[in-house]
Amino acid sequence: MRLQDLVKISDYEWEIPRTYRHDMRGAVRIFATRQLLEQVSEDLSLEQAVNAATLPGLVGAVVVMPDMHQGYGFPIGGVAATAYPHGVISPGAIGYDINCGVRLLASEVDYEAAVPYLDTLATLLNRYCPSGVGSEGVVRVNMAELDQILRRGARWALERGFASEADLQRTEEFGMVADADPAQVSERARQRGREQIGSLGAGNHFIEVDVIEQIFDVPAAETMGLRQGCLAVQIHCGSRGLGHQICSDYVQEFQNAVRRYGIELPDRELVCAPLDSPEGRAYLGAMRAAANFAFANRQLLAYSARRAFEETFAPHFRHGWQLIQVYDIAHNMGKIETHKVEGRPVRVCVHRKGATRAFGPGAPGLPPEYQPLGQPVLVPGSMGTASWVLVGTERSMERSWGSTCHGAGRVMSRAKAKKEVRGERLRQELEQSGIRVRAGSMPGLAEEAPQAYKDVDMVVETVTHAGIARKVARLRPVAVIKG
Amino acid sequence: MGSVRPLAGYEEVPHTADWALRVWAPDLPSLFQQAAAGMYALAGVVLAADAHLERDLTLTASDAETLLVAFLSELLYVAEQERLAFDHLTLTIVAGPQEYVLQAHLRGAAIRSLAKMIKAVTFHNLKIRSLEQGLETEIIFDV
Repeated sequence: MRLQDLVKISDYEWEIPRTYRHDMRGAVRIFATRQLLEQVSEDLSLEQAVNAATLPGLVGAVVVMPDMHQGYGFPIGGVAATAYPHGVISPGAIGYDINCGVRLLASEVDYEAAVPYLDTLATLLNRYCPSGVGSEGVVRVNMAELDQILRRGARWALERGFASEADLQRTEEFGMVADADPAQVSERARQRGREQIGSLGAGNHFIEVDVIEQIFDVPAAETMGLRQGCLAVQIHCGSRGLGHQICSDYVQEFQNAVRRYGIELPDRELVCAPLDSPEGRAYLGAMRAAANFAFANRQLLAYSARRAFEETFAPHFRHGWQLIQVYDIAHNMGKIETHKVEGRPVRVCVHRKGATRAFGPGAPGLPPEYQPLGQPVLVPGSMGTASWVLVGTERSMERSWGSTCHGAGRVMSRAKAKKEVRGERLRQELEQSGIRVRAGSMPGLAEEAPQAYKDVDMVVETVTHAGIARKVARLRPVAVIKG
Repeated sequence: MGSVRPLAGYEEVPHTADWALRVWAPDLPSLFQQAAAGMYALAGVVLAADAHLERDLTLTASDAETLLVAFLSELLYVAEQERLAFDHLTLTIVAGPQEYVLQAHLRGAAIRSLAKMIKAVTFHNLKIRSLEQGLETEIIFDV
């Protein structure tokens, strides 16, 4: 797509008008600087956003975040709202890793005092948080217990002693999405999930120890428990093979559903079904079950991270090593939400794929202490670079379906990264810059090299200047665990 | 003088976030064989030298592309759950008026090592095209 086809709204906001292509049902709104747009002009991100704008029942504009990149069907960094209940739900617009997300835990351990123990901490995190291809989890569950996980999410973990009520309070949806329907989850998906609950997996998923380098909003940071110079932990993973299988199952099944409902789409990966159809309801129930699985999964990994922190620091520090949950967010999810459209409240199904919910102050679903702040937004960087804590704003409710960015966003293909980066050398470079690395696969590490990603600071500057998020704190990595 | 492309094969093509494979072959069963070989190569599958095994498989789908996704998804599932992969595939595909039917006789072994797990086979822009010398397609894998 040519940049001349875009209408500039401001230095940080652009639009592809509905008239760009005859089958569009709404415009595409892009949050990006010209430089970020130029970076994606050679891939298919914007074409995929235009394709997303053809979904039946689309309400308003498809929104694309500055960390956008080409995906399959729907762009990563995309948000689309469809009318509830007569619009459609599209599994491909949510992604294979349903409820992939990020959890942030904060401590009062001072980084300078912790330096002698960080190698031990990295090793213990790597030991207690299973990672890598096909890794199996920290707990064994039978199928009946898996059903409980699918229905109750992190609340199951609370009942099993792996969580506190405070953890759940500081988790999106309080760790449990209502109306999950395990009966709509295939036997294959259940089998994969049963073995993998409590594991990190591979790919771009990670556990990272950070130091809180800079605070931008002191009251918000204090409320969240973020202290400058202290350690924090990010956990980035999702619903593992269970979510992948559910998405695969329904993308396959919906190939026929679109014929039954007479839906024509420019890309078969966007297949969808009406939300109020048997097929749509079945997927929604299964997707919610996968979302609950992911909340429970990150909770189990948090439990393991706490064990690693305690064993590392308790012998040396009298207090402060306990990890307090800051928040847990989803960035691949479909949710039924109420948004204002032309001044009136409208129920919509918001598809977020590589985009984070960023509700503003006073929004429902936030714990009382976060009500004045807005929803915390966790934006992980790319191993060697910063990560950010932001909060949602009123403007994000008006302009982006209460959403903002989810990360740095890839800019280099995996094939190119593997050719240009040697995993072992990258590990040495990261170690030399003070980042301890525990990685299961050196080629896998190379694919996730920092140079394969955009500049996360530029992404964050864009969303904050556009007004769809506000800065709270910047984090710097000191240890990375990857599968 | 440029090198001549073999009649059947596969190659990795750039994709920003995931993996993409271009596959070509003279006919549909060979295309499926090449796609399976390419997928195993992307995942870095290394088979154990001993204990070979055989398996039969039948799949049906409404069109050739859906059948291809179903076939590769089946191989992924077996790789993850049973740690098995196949290096000799005998395939028959019958295209009827309503559906495509695949019958496969697979020979392989336990997976000794696997560099990367592929999450899923996608339908993104998936189209099996007819060329002068056979068929070609591009498959995007979510990783």
